[in-house]
Amino acid sequence: MCGIVGLFLKDKALEPQLGAMLTEMLVTMTDRGPDSAGIAIYGAHDAGQAKLTVQSDRPEADFATLADDLGTALGTEVTLRRKDTHAVLDLPAAQTTEARAKLGDLRPGLRVMSDGETIEIYKEVGLPKDVAQRFALSSMTGTHGIGHTRMATESAVTTDGAHPFSTGADQCLVHNGSLSNHNNWRRRLKREGLRIESANDTEVGAAYLTWKMQNGASLGDALEGALDDLDGFFTFVVGTRDGFGVVRDPIACKPAVMAETDQYVAFGSEYRALVNLPGIESARVWEPEPATVYFWKH
Amino acid sequence: MQSIDLATTPLREMNATLQAQAAQTNATQWEILNPRGSHSIAVGLDAPIEVTVRGSTGYYCAGMNKQATVHVAGSAGPGVAENMMSGTVIIDGDASQYAGATGRGGLLVIRGNAASRCGISMKGIDIVVQGSIGHMSAFMGQAGNLVVCGDAGEALGDSLYEARLFVRGSVKSLGADCIEKEMRPEHLEILRDLLARAGVDAQPEEFRRYGSARKLYNFDIDNAAAY
Repeated sequence: MCGIVGLFLKDKALEPQLGAMLTEMLVTMTDRGPDSAGIAIYGAHDAGQAKLTVQSDRPEADFATLADDLGTALGTEVTLRRKDTHAVLDLPAAQTTEARAKLGDLRPGLRVMSDGETIEIYKEVGLPKDVAQRFALSSMTGTHGIGHTRMATESAVTTDGAHPFSTGADQCLVHNGSLSNHNNWRRRLKREGLRIESANDTEVGAAYLTWKMQNGASLGDALEGALDDLDGFFTFVVGTRDGFGVVRDPIACKPAVMAETDQYVAFGSEYRALVNLPGIESARVWEPEPATVYFWKH
Repeated sequence: MQSIDLATTPLREMNATLQAQAAQTNATQWEILNPRGSHSIAVGLDAPIEVTVRGSTGYYCAGMNKQATVHVAGSAGPGVAENMMSGTVIIDGDASQYAGATGRGGLLVIRGNAASRCGISMKGIDIVVQGSIGHMSAFMGQAGNLVVCGDAGEALGDSLYEARLFVRGSVKSLGADCIEKEMRPEHLEILRDLLARAGVDAQPEEFRRYGSARKLYNFDIDNAAAY
């Protein structure tokens, strides 16, 4: 069992409240996943710049001079914004790949949570309310976001095993369920050059979608592909720079409820997660059909 | 009318209050306010009381119901009226997966659609769905009636025993050992009664009946292909 929440805003007036709304939804799903929690949020960005979100078990030591060290290594200006065990590095978009490689040399213990123009990912072990508080999630703003509360099945309760997973720029995936053919796909996708860093099944699902989209598929097409190629139980919620998608496996035993108004599209593992959203009383509320791809784009 | 507000009353206290009602109680009318998708609302009731839930519910609403009438003025989450013994449960909106699962008696009415596995392992309950139902509904259904005014999803009545299935719309596919059967006068009577009790305006003649081919009850080598 896990909990998923997602919010895709259509009304720009709600953007300042995205973090607050999503945090409330996330905390409501605590009893579906008290092991760890995470959130991916798509916020503002400066043209030509990219964001690398990194995590460290020794943040004081690792983050103290990181911006300067990385800036020197890259020969450019890098700024760092720390939030607890995470930090967001701001740097020229063209140097993202190089920056990831340099980080491996400069700080071998550092984990890269995400990279992209707008995405930031924060995830840690602990109760969702504690994780949300550590990262001040409720103060975050943005256009869309996805959150996950984890009750672990397929891999250990660690930061690496927490969701969301990001395997491509500005992409992320959260998952309720378990995949049964992830080992085969992990081998295949690694051969294809995908970056998969944990033993977690969901990360393979994320890499699968990244691989599909690298080869020209739209988010919708990639999700259709997942229905054919991924075996097991899944309710997936996916984020891209400007998109938000949902798909459930054909058996559809992992719960899902959606709500749509003129202001937003919202996803919750249960209706409880949606009850405080504005205008929920008059929203169109429905359960996504099995083996059916839903996606929205800004 | 007695009113319990879940914004101020703990869920267990609400259920304990309703469960404490005796057969001869004078407090027969109850309403539950602010359900907000909570789990296990109005479960284990055993008195002829009427409970109206004003909003949508989470998992397992009205589970194990006996005698009581539970009316959800909203939609219901997974497992509504699971293992109902008697009484009536009415859902104004949609119901999530496995509505009425393992029910032994009583009447479950869903005014909207029901998701997958509606009436799975039903054992005597009557279920009337005004909309459509999802896949694997009435799987291993043993007794009772499932009436669907809309369409049925994949694998309807898989491994069915003696539950009767009536569908007005299309059936995406029938499960193993489920076949269409002749609608005889006694079936039209059963259907007419159920539609009337559910308050559904539909003609029994518009429905088709499905039931068990009875080839999977016991292992028989001649039926190996059907397993």
